[in-house]
Amino acid sequence: MIAELGLALLWMAAALACLSLVAGALFLRGGPKDLASLVRPASVAQGVLTAAAFGLLIALFVRSDMSVELVARNSHSLKPMLFKVAGAWGNHEGSMLLWLTILGLSGALVALFERRLREDTLVATLAAQAALSLGFFAFLLFSSNPFNRLPIAPPDGQGLNPLLQDPGLAFHPPTLYIGYVGLSVAFSFAVGALVTREIGPAFARAMRPWVLGSWIFLTLGITAGSYWAYYELGWGGWWFWDPVENVSLVPWLAGAALLHSVAVTATRNALRAWTVMLAVIGFSMSMVGTFIVRSGLLTSVHSFAVDPERGTFLLVLMAIYIGGALALFALRAGTVAEGKKFALLSREGSLVINNLLLTTILALVLLGTLYPIVAEAMGEKISVGPPYYNKVAGPLALILCLVMVAGPLLAWRRDDGKRLWSRLPPAVLAGALVLFGLVLFGGSVRILPLLGMTVAAVVAVASLAPLWGRNLRRTPLPTWGMVIAHFGVAVALAGMAAESAFIKERLVAAAPGETVKVDDFAVTFVGVRPIAGPNYTAIEGRLVATTGSGASFTLRPEARTFPGLMGGPPTETNEAALLTRPGGQLYAVLGQPVTSPDGTAERYQLRLWWKPLVWWIWLGGALIAIGAALSMLGRAQLLAMWRTHRSKKAQERFAP
Amino acid sequence: MKPKHQRLVLALLALAGIAGAGILGASALRDEAAYFRTPAEVTAGKAETGEAMRLGGMVAAGSIARQADGVTIRFVATDGKASVPVEFTGIVPDLFAENSGMVADGRMRADGVFVADRILAKHDERYMPPQMGEMPKNMKLVPEE
Repeated sequence: MIAELGLALLWMAAALACLSLVAGALFLRGGPKDLASLVRPASVAQGVLTAAAFGLLIALFVRSDMSVELVARNSHSLKPMLFKVAGAWGNHEGSMLLWLTILGLSGALVALFERRLREDTLVATLAAQAALSLGFFAFLLFSSNPFNRLPIAPPDGQGLNPLLQDPGLAFHPPTLYIGYVGLSVAFSFAVGALVTREIGPAFARAMRPWVLGSWIFLTLGITAGSYWAYYELGWGGWWFWDPVENVSLVPWLAGAALLHSVAVTATRNALRAWTVMLAVIGFSMSMVGTFIVRSGLLTSVHSFAVDPERGTFLLVLMAIYIGGALALFALRAGTVAEGKKFALLSREGSLVINNLLLTTILALVLLGTLYPIVAEAMGEKISVGPPYYNKVAGPLALILCLVMVAGPLLAWRRDDGKRLWSRLPPAVLAGALVLFGLVLFGGSVRILPLLGMTVAAVVAVASLAPLWGRNLRRTPLPTWGMVIAHFGVAVALAGMAAESAFIKERLVAAAPGETVKVDDFAVTFVGVRPIAGPNYTAIEGRLVATTGSGASFTLRPEARTFPGLMGGPPTETNEAALLTRPGGQLYAVLGQPVTSPDGTAERYQLRLWWKPLVWWIWLGGALIAIGAALSMLGRAQLLAMWRTHRSKKAQERFAP
Repeated sequence: MKPKHQRLVLALLALAGIAGAGILGASALRDEAAYFRTPAEVTAGKAETGEAMRLGGMVAAGSIARQADGVTIRFVATDGKASVPVEFTGIVPDLFAENSGMVADGRMRADGVFVADRILAKHDERYMPPQMGEMPKNMKLVPEE
């Protein structure tokens, strides 16, 4: 019954999306005013119904209802509860339903809380959001029905990919999806404002918290995904420039550009057409990403099953939405009045350069991701790997960071170079100190990491400059947010550069009792023992790492074997062991047993890394997200409403 | 500066930026994109020594030999037409085995040995590493003499 109810809810939600779209369109074409009052409740109801359907799908996974095809293919009754729940979105159909749920809930949130937009713009925005939902409802209902029943229920399910059986699955996809799909709100705002021609500071101020909100989740999702890949894959890297990672980075870059340009539009009423364009690009990039990952163009752990029909469906949807929005933009861009003027050396000017650099990086990452697909279609097999991305994105990102040093110190409209110079000495000094320190004592460091650490020092000091000489308690939240986010960029950059400059690696075949030196650590391989997990068996290695000062820690890397279900072959995964120290992380992987030629002593392959400052990368990501959150809190209406409410209360209390 | 001039400067700056990015991207792609090659293509002399590339093939039966250090292996990659010796230092993926497919990132050494930095092996039926999709479909197990 649950599956049928879920399917019915989905159809009802699709009908409500249809209603929102038609009522909104009729109202905007001069239809009766009553139609507008339909759109808000319909949007809210659509979001709630979709979320309820998603809840029912989770319930099916929790109950291990094997008569449902999706559950049978992706779950197993012996799986730990966390993975039963998370398994609901660890597959194609479930993840598309999650996508739709977030799309619907975003629309519902706009309908419930957005009070700053003009009525007709809001209706147009909600209608645009409903149009987006409708396409993806069609995709889900006609080609990816998650509630499909099997004619005969199998005794048990096929289980979840062991690589996905990690707490990361519970957190990473939903976070990333909220970010991805949250950008749909900015897209709908842009379409709505283009329809009603309301493009200006009011529109930008209304859009801003939504952009910030989804960008926070994108940042968290990418940061968490990076950490997950780092410890789960056992390859020791934190970013592989894998196409799947790239397509999450591209909307993030678009979001970063958008939230800076929307600031210009909101504060100075400039860059209006550009902001609208970026809002369209942001969610378009989310759709391109979904298309690339879900269409089977790339086969990876993320692509689940390959089905060309689904790919074509998504391609058509994407073409309609992106093409439609761009066509609308082309029609209306001429009528978007020119914004306020500004000098090149000004806050606006620096933000324009920031936007140019971000979109350039975006284009180059997209080029590298799509090029192999295009080349493959033309009969050449090519892979584009980290060397390409490091070469193109590295230098541009460093220039971007230097612009970030200057930007916050410049005044709006116009500024002069002298004033900027007068605020820079401490930052330049910090950079010079780091540069000289590294050149003198750092040994041979490659040029990009060297510049990276130098720029990180400059940015770290300069990012705090907006707080100098200010009353910290009176500094507005958005300023705090900017300072913390920019400081986070410096922290992450320092982590990336230090890790790649000073990483130490040892790869040995060690017999029990043997000691391996890696950096300051003496790591003793004590031995291995077999262990059993809830749905796997493993060989657990025991390593004792002793630091130079004599403190010792135990690491337990595992090599896990998951039994092959339904007659499939067993799957093996490596669980790395991590030791986090103030100066970095020790990373240990247990490899395969090695029998000596004479057949006596059995050794094990051990791979050990010392990764200096590596955890700064994720700390930086978290700081960026926290900064964005503070900025959003400062901009959101909720806080302002709460403040006026409180001051009103206070006034009442003290009134005579 | 007049607003008109300023807009011109901005537009020129943007154009220069786009052109620069295009050149940067194109040249980096030309330098860094790695070709996927089969052993037959390698023996036909298509791979230059030291050029980053990706080699796909089957691991020939009986060819995996572990070196004394315990972490370096040598094996022969074959596509039925030709074979290339491969050397790899590291932990091989779990499903790396003789008579099954593998894809290696690396470069040819002057002595004709392919030195791999990374090896990918076919995972199970449903989940494959992305690059396994590039394996030629008509590969045979045994090299034809």
